[in-house]
Amino acid sequence: MQALFGQLLVGLINGAFYAMLSLGLAVIFGLLNIINFTHGALYMLGAFCAWYILQSVHIGDFQLGYWSSLIIAPLVVGAFGVLIERTMLKRLYKLDHLYGLLLTFGLALVIQGVFRNEFGSSGLPYDIPPLLAGGFNLGFMFLPLYRGWVVVASLVVCLATWYVIERTKLGSYLRAGTENPALVQAFGINVPLMVTLTFAFGAALAALAGVMAAPIYQVSPMMGADIIIVVFAVVVIGGMGSIMGAIVTGFGLGIVEGLTKYFYPEASTTVIFVIMVIVLMIKPAGLFGKEH
Amino acid sequence: MNKATRSLLALAVAGALAVGTASADIPNNTIKLGVLSDFSGLYKDLGGDGSVVAAKLAVQDSGIEKKGIKVEIIQADHQNKPDVGSAIARRWYDSEGVDAIVDVPTSSVALAVAQVTKDKNKVFLASGPGSSDLTGKSCSPNTIHWTYDTWMLANGTGTAITKHGGNTWFFITADYAFGHALQHDTTAAVEKAGGKVLGSVNVPINTQDFSSYLLQAQSSKAKVIGLANAGGDTINSIKQAGEFGIVKGGQQLAGLLVFITDIHSLGLQTAQGLTLTTTFYWDMNAQTRAFAKRFAPLDKGIHPTMVHAGVYAAVLDYLKAVEALHDVKDGVKIVDEMKKMPTDDPLFGKGSIRVDGRVLHPAYLMQVKTPAESKYPWDYLKLVATIPADEAFRPLKDDGCSLVK
Repeated sequence: MQALFGQLLVGLINGAFYAMLSLGLAVIFGLLNIINFTHGALYMLGAFCAWYILQSVHIGDFQLGYWSSLIIAPLVVGAFGVLIERTMLKRLYKLDHLYGLLLTFGLALVIQGVFRNEFGSSGLPYDIPPLLAGGFNLGFMFLPLYRGWVVVASLVVCLATWYVIERTKLGSYLRAGTENPALVQAFGINVPLMVTLTFAFGAALAALAGVMAAPIYQVSPMMGADIIIVVFAVVVIGGMGSIMGAIVTGFGLGIVEGLTKYFYPEASTTVIFVIMVIVLMIKPAGLFGKEH
Repeated sequence: MNKATRSLLALAVAGALAVGTASADIPNNTIKLGVLSDFSGLYKDLGGDGSVVAAKLAVQDSGIEKKGIKVEIIQADHQNKPDVGSAIARRWYDSEGVDAIVDVPTSSVALAVAQVTKDKNKVFLASGPGSSDLTGKSCSPNTIHWTYDTWMLANGTGTAITKHGGNTWFFITADYAFGHALQHDTTAAVEKAGGKVLGSVNVPINTQDFSSYLLQAQSSKAKVIGLANAGGDTINSIKQAGEFGIVKGGQQLAGLLVFITDIHSLGLQTAQGLTLTTTFYWDMNAQTRAFAKRFAPLDKGIHPTMVHAGVYAAVLDYLKAVEALHDVKDGVKIVDEMKKMPTDDPLFGKGSIRVDGRVLHPAYLMQVKTPAESKYPWDYLKLVATIPADEAFRPLKDDGCSLVK
């Protein structure tokens, strides 16, 4: 029983990463209609940014680097997102989804290739910031402080994003802009700018997840490629474009995966895809998606 | 034509003939080596470009080019896929005149290349692959296996740790042939040394998060957690074990296959205290240090792994045999010559090659230093124990190799 609690908690922690990444994907798909395969690469860029900042501003033992990375890395990667959107994606909005998918997939391969060539395959060291090192003994398991921080931070970020998009005026502009850009533009709202910023925001979310992942996962050029497929499955299960769907399924599937790791570890990487198949058969639009 | 010109011509003809006869079986006086490795994936850093650098340094140090024999080195990426690897090997042998293939990390690819090499009667100098089958049930008269294998890793780490008091084990095992082989061999070694295996968990390859498995390992109360995995999986599991306070809680981590590039990637803060077995460490003696000093600038600062060292030693020994025989065509003959001669190189010291193709050299049980103990870049390991050559590798009688009579 104790072990079970531990696995549930661990699942929740992994779910936090799935939620944060799938949230960015869902926002981009929901508002831009782009299936963004660069998301994994942007997550990786976030982690590398954090590493770079740590290298350049390492002040004594206190890793100021980590805390500043949480802000700087999303900004840098967000700016990179603007560049991608302005120079490439913009040209594809009128075409089929497939073109966006192919372009972003190719771009992801290029980014990963460049980084692999530059930094090698075994990855870069990144320690846990001293302030978050250590952990508590919960009785049924040892909870590293850092993992607790990841869950809390990701919940806050996810819920804030959901709130902005679903409950504020800015969010309503965004949603309206995707439904009927011409009409919204007629009201004097700069829709192309809004779209660019949305993509940048999605990219920044991926980078933020990347920074948070750096101390616990291997910081390597392939880290994004390894996780992106799972995250896509999460988005599909939650319903493409559904914000709340992405958050809830992210955490939910993390827990399911955690339990699988306990009861039948060999299947832990496949269980999410099995669920995806079942959901697609019963409810093709996803658990929280709207059928058109 | 005056007399001087005539005698000059005569001399030239005589010279050409002399070289011609002396190197009758080295066409164009050129030896062609193919470095087949992983240049883009998981094992890029421990093999890859570094293996090419090591091969080139070996050619330089052999001095063979001063004797008029040219050595050409080409390279290709097998992408860790057996079909890709064997297709390249076949093309190299059939149409590009390659005489020997070197390195080949990833056991499945290496086993395929060994078969092609046997069919074409060339030479396969394995350094990167781990499977002990290469000198066991799949042994070949055309293969020499340098550096390490799964039996040696399992035996080295398993036996030594168990004897030092780590007598209960829990395995975190990569769920494929290599991981199962490592776990199986280590279990045998642990039990032979009087230890006990309390449990294990099979983890799919390329897993990001090991916390569930680490919790299971933690609650098993085993003294030692054996990591029967490689590359990114090892790095992730060690990193997260640190986070969950496994080592601080009194359990010991044993990496069954850890390369110095993995430690570099983890950082000492995370990797400290880890026990591992290796056959080469760059900071072992003056000769290995001198090699590392030449090597690192040519491979983006990476210090040589044991796989790189194995490539160097293998090429050096191969060239010695070819030079002695003046023959580069008959693979079996060259390999037999290599087995006859004792090996001697600056990196592994004196050794020998057994009839099954296994190179015998000592292995070292090492421990990763703490950040305070490390004084300069790449100063990562300290020696715990030396396992002599005759104990480090699987005894011939347990081989199952058809070459052993």
